[in-house]
Amino acid sequence: MRTTSEAPIAEPQSVTRAAEAAAQGGTAGGGQGGRAAVELEGVEHSFGELDVIRRLDLFVRPGEVLSIVGPSGCGKSTLLELVSGLREPTRGRIAVNGQGGAARLRSCAYMPQRDLLLPWLSALDNAALAVRIAGVPRREARKRAGEHFDRLGLAGFEGVRPGELSGGMRQRVAFLRTLMAGRPVLLLDEPFASLDAITRAEMQSWLAGVLGPDRHTVLLVTHDVEEALYLSDRVIVLSSRPAGVADRIEIPAPRAADRAAAVTSPEFAELKERALRSLAEGAR
Amino acid sequence: MSAARRFGAPVAVIVVLLGLWEIAAQWDWIANALNIQDFLVPAPSDIATSLWDDRSLLLDDTWVTLREVLLGFLCALAAGLGFAIVLHLSDTLRRAFYPLLVASQTIPPVAIAPILVVWFGFGLGPKVLLIALVCFFPVTVNTLDGLRSVDPQLITMMRTLGAGRRQILGRVELPSALPFFFSGTKIAIAVAVIGAVFAEWAGASSGLGHQILIASSNLLTARMFAAITLLSVMAILLFAVVSLIERRVVSWDSRGVTRA
Repeated sequence: MRTTSEAPIAEPQSVTRAAEAAAQGGTAGGGQGGRAAVELEGVEHSFGELDVIRRLDLFVRPGEVLSIVGPSGCGKSTLLELVSGLREPTRGRIAVNGQGGAARLRSCAYMPQRDLLLPWLSALDNAALAVRIAGVPRREARKRAGEHFDRLGLAGFEGVRPGELSGGMRQRVAFLRTLMAGRPVLLLDEPFASLDAITRAEMQSWLAGVLGPDRHTVLLVTHDVEEALYLSDRVIVLSSRPAGVADRIEIPAPRAADRAAAVTSPEFAELKERALRSLAEGAR
Repeated sequence: MSAARRFGAPVAVIVVLLGLWEIAAQWDWIANALNIQDFLVPAPSDIATSLWDDRSLLLDDTWVTLREVLLGFLCALAAGLGFAIVLHLSDTLRRAFYPLLVASQTIPPVAIAPILVVWFGFGLGPKVLLIALVCFFPVTVNTLDGLRSVDPQLITMMRTLGAGRRQILGRVELPSALPFFFSGTKIAIAVAVIGAVFAEWAGASSGLGHQILIASSNLLTARMFAAITLLSVMAILLFAVVSLIERRVVSWDSRGVTRA
């Protein structure tokens, strides 16, 4: 049944790397006063002639959930790739947990828009992927990932292959896989964009419940203003390409337990109006 | 789908064709009209009689050919898989060897079979080598294609989770290349039997290919057809075994890695 995919390949460096990342996670979660979890200073990026990002400064506090909204094609995904260390900016400085360069790849867990689950692995093995990559034996890796299934609403789906899961369940597994990487900073790239509106709303309140107690620093990229305002401590509105900051909105009471009540309240409507106006102005 | 619905139609076609063949062979006037002498085209019943009467001879030959086919095929699987991985990991080696790989396939096995006999004699060696040569290409090319067609976003995802080259190969690239590998394997097992016949024609003292050659030169057409029947049945059964293994191993939905 399972063949090559689970052949144990020892890679001792990864173990120490994972341990390092976990240690950093501890300090970030504990809060270090003025130190930023993610810091961008005068970041500019272009692909050849095309300027994608123009002079961007950003300071994300440890444990903060920061959303970035912007018009389509404004470079939101590029921004996440820059932060994660998959790309280096043309100009400017990026530090994650005080580390620049390729080292920031080890402080970030990146969740792409598509779930990218491996179809030959069960939900449990997909969730445990990062732990297995770090060199942990299969049984122990499964145990560690399995402990989260209940909390994430995945109980009973451990042995199910991705092909038999619904879109929402697949995103949950993909999120758990990202979480299991044990990195202090989560980078979420439009995680619910491919879901229908009802499932998306459901997944937003699910994520709000998960992020509440987790104390991860989260950078969420989305084009859904409501999603951003509901889930985040702070929302950054980007202008169209080349992207710059059009507005910064502080959210007084994020991630309310009752999503339906929260997003229909007058305060929320006011914030939404402001965000939409900034988006419209930035798009000009 | 029930077994009756799955196998009913093809079995009916074969039975009808064999029936027509039997009638045509038994009615002299058809043969006379077409000017065919009866020993040239034996009736299916004559072939069945030969299969039974010569069973010990034919069984020995079947076993010899089966052994050659399996050995050559397994060598080709191991070599093809290894070669595909090496070519996948090194751009330079792939550019260097790919044209040679294609060129190797343009040489007809009929042409190299006698050379292999000259070099390696009449034993098992040259037969296994020829079969391995004809099987090697479909296995290597298909596996290589599979390894190269992995979704690049999956590789990026693995990198962000801290995976190195070997981990990416073992956990993502090889499993997703498996369906491709099996496509190549199925082609290989079918051509392996053809390769075995050519190899035996070039020089052998036993085997079904050898038996076809001997029977035809002695005008024992019924025995010749019996040997051909056994070869064909062998190829079909081997193909079925590979398909069965494929279905057990590739048990996931391999049409696409993710639904967007």
